[in-house]
Amino acid sequence: MSSPSETPVAVHHPALRHHFDTMATQKDSSLLGMWVFIAQEIMFFGGMLAAYAIYRNVYYDAFAAGSHHLDVKLGTVNTAVLICSSLTMALGVHAAALGKRKATVLFLLLTIALGSVFLGIKVVEYADKFHHDLVPGPRYSAEGLHGPHGEALTADTARHSELFFALYFGLTGLHALHMIIGVPIIAIMAWKAGHGRFGPGYYTPVEVTGLYWHFVDIVWIFLFPLLYLIPHHA
Amino acid sequence: MSTHAGGVPEPYGRPGGPPPPERPTLPVREPVNYLNVSYGIKSWLLTVDHKRIALLYMFSITVMFAIGGIFATLIRLELLTPPGDMVQSETYNKLFTMHGVVMVFFFLIPSIPATLGNFLIPIMIGAKDLAFPRINLLSWYIYIAGAAFTMYAMIAGGVDTGWTFYVPYSTHYSNTHVIATGLGIFITGFSSILTGLNFIVTIHKMRAPGLTWWRLPLFVWAHYATSLIMILGTPVIAVTVLMVALENGLHLGIFDPALGGDPILFQHLFWFYSHPAVYIMILPAMGVISELVQGMSRKQIFGYSFIAISSLAIAMLGFLVWGHHMFVSGQSTYLGLVFSGISFLVAIPSAVKVFNWTATLYKGSISLDTPMLYALGFIGLFTIGGLTGLFLASLGLDVHLTDTYFIVAHFHYIMVGGAIMGYLGGLHYWWPKITGRLYPETWGRVSAIIVFFGFNLTFGPQFILGYLGMPRRYHYYPPEFQILHVMSSAGASILALGYLLPLVYFTWSMRYGPRASANPWDARGLEWEIPSPPPTENFVGQPVVTARTYEYGSEEGTTVV
Repeated sequence: MSSPSETPVAVHHPALRHHFDTMATQKDSSLLGMWVFIAQEIMFFGGMLAAYAIYRNVYYDAFAAGSHHLDVKLGTVNTAVLICSSLTMALGVHAAALGKRKATVLFLLLTIALGSVFLGIKVVEYADKFHHDLVPGPRYSAEGLHGPHGEALTADTARHSELFFALYFGLTGLHALHMIIGVPIIAIMAWKAGHGRFGPGYYTPVEVTGLYWHFVDIVWIFLFPLLYLIPHHA
Repeated sequence: MSTHAGGVPEPYGRPGGPPPPERPTLPVREPVNYLNVSYGIKSWLLTVDHKRIALLYMFSITVMFAIGGIFATLIRLELLTPPGDMVQSETYNKLFTMHGVVMVFFFLIPSIPATLGNFLIPIMIGAKDLAFPRINLLSWYIYIAGAAFTMYAMIAGGVDTGWTFYVPYSTHYSNTHVIATGLGIFITGFSSILTGLNFIVTIHKMRAPGLTWWRLPLFVWAHYATSLIMILGTPVIAVTVLMVALENGLHLGIFDPALGGDPILFQHLFWFYSHPAVYIMILPAMGVISELVQGMSRKQIFGYSFIAISSLAIAMLGFLVWGHHMFVSGQSTYLGLVFSGISFLVAIPSAVKVFNWTATLYKGSISLDTPMLYALGFIGLFTIGGLTGLFLASLGLDVHLTDTYFIVAHFHYIMVGGAIMGYLGGLHYWWPKITGRLYPETWGRVSAIIVFFGFNLTFGPQFILGYLGMPRRYHYYPPEFQILHVMSSAGASILALGYLLPLVYFTWSMRYGPRASANPWDARGLEWEIPSPPPTENFVGQPVVTARTYEYGSEEGTTVV
């Protein structure tokens, strides 16, 4: 909404919203907004990670036994898949910045595909926990668990192992929820990119989505060692 | 997506120019402003104008304040007589729980930021809107959704855990609607987070040319500090009530000792947010008082940078004192010592503010209009609330005073005597800007005085009650406490009158109040250089700031190109 009295903007981009003077300010604001949101997310996960830190310290054996049951191979594959999805996301942002429409769509779709693979593997892992009655609640049973060296669990350790799985489901569940929210957003970005909404002058939404996706990725980089590798650390 | 009505004529000539001439009483066409630019329910429910969203919030929190007030009325009625004759224990538990939940999460936390902050921050920094107008509207809808959940829980049966949701009350021994109430608070938390996010980005990125950080109005500084707490604190309560809801529904064991969980962990997580949340309530009020004191004594504020930095210091220290709520919980005594020491430190930036406000009055041209009466009331009541806070921060004394009426009185002096006095004072001060109408000054002064005396009569006796040993959250008590309880209930009815009066005359003034000029207080600040009420995009040109906001005596603080 530029009036004649305003200093002329180089190009009045159609994506420039009425309350911003320049595209640069608008972009800076969106990026800062996402960084502030990420700060908020860190505190959100932080609350549950605090619970994790305390109980892992108090009930180390139970946590080691629970962690031992998790499938490190699947976890490692998933870590690799997610890191690759961050790469394709970064390439997508780069392509959008260069105005390469087809490459942008391709990389964003690849990101969605990798994200879906991650969620698929997560479903397989969750199904295993259901199968072994390791879902916290009335049906929980630690009978399938044993220590890192095959030893049987004491009654207390067996009882406390439920805490590990409560936090396992809580943390990975929240993480998966963030991915489930992220995938449709990336899909919208891909659709918009396909319709030529972005170019070198305006690709902020893709970049902001990218920031979010990288954050979700980094959360997993923390969760993987914290949950899967407890008995491996000594 | 622009709400700007194309071709808005310049309302009063150049903003920042001389105030508009006295408006004739003859019917003239009103200049286009944010209120009359469009009509109809849709133009309000789908608005992205920060000023309209502020009014949506103002309406909603007034409704919530009334609901919370009804619970308070029932509590004070029950406490008139020693036996529990009006309600049973369980009903009483629900009453004080819902009073706390509604007042804290649905009135006090959004009160000043979401209404006055929303309205004023973009104007004070010379911007057309907040950085994310649609997210701003979204935050209001999220607030309404959260309120709906909590209302549902209230109607469906209520919660009796106390607003603190301590486990195991909220898990094992809860037969009521903790999950729905918790979800309501979880959802409303995101509205608070989005508001804080919007403020931080707006203050960083959208300040007018020349408006450096050290020229910002102190109201903006206070809201910046508040937003930091909203961003860093609120997510922790969100994940905590989520864990309580899961514990309640699925028996995860995180807070259940039978499975190895620790109920004290809940208290840590809860107070990690809920102590800083006190500063979410009081810091914006402090920002309002800084504006009121300088505006109503027409004098450059004393110790500008100290007031600005003290807001940030309070926000920072606020995150390090949560354990003073848990001195009797069984936490380590050494931990208690550290928390006690840091709690004392919070008194320093708080006192810096009080001293600077008082020093600003010295040799000022003080006008005792309604906003100033509220400001003076705030300074006195906040000082009492703050000093009694030091009693409670002392490890030994707290053992005697914890969970008594002493603490009830203390936090009401901060939340009601501080935050609500600040809100009402600010509402009077900026009412002409918001509505373009003046409120009746005499009635304003009368209500300010009634609120002050009613408040002190309500909560003053509670300090004595608590010191004598009356525990909080009981609906029957020994007969020797009756006289103090009767004083408190009598004060509450006076206070209620003090709150109803503004509701009546504000409503009246919206239609019948005299028209307000652009700057009815002859105060300084960008908000006083644009018409009352402001046009949709606030400024016609881009304002350029050349000096600090509070330049009295000099020509103009700002110029507009």
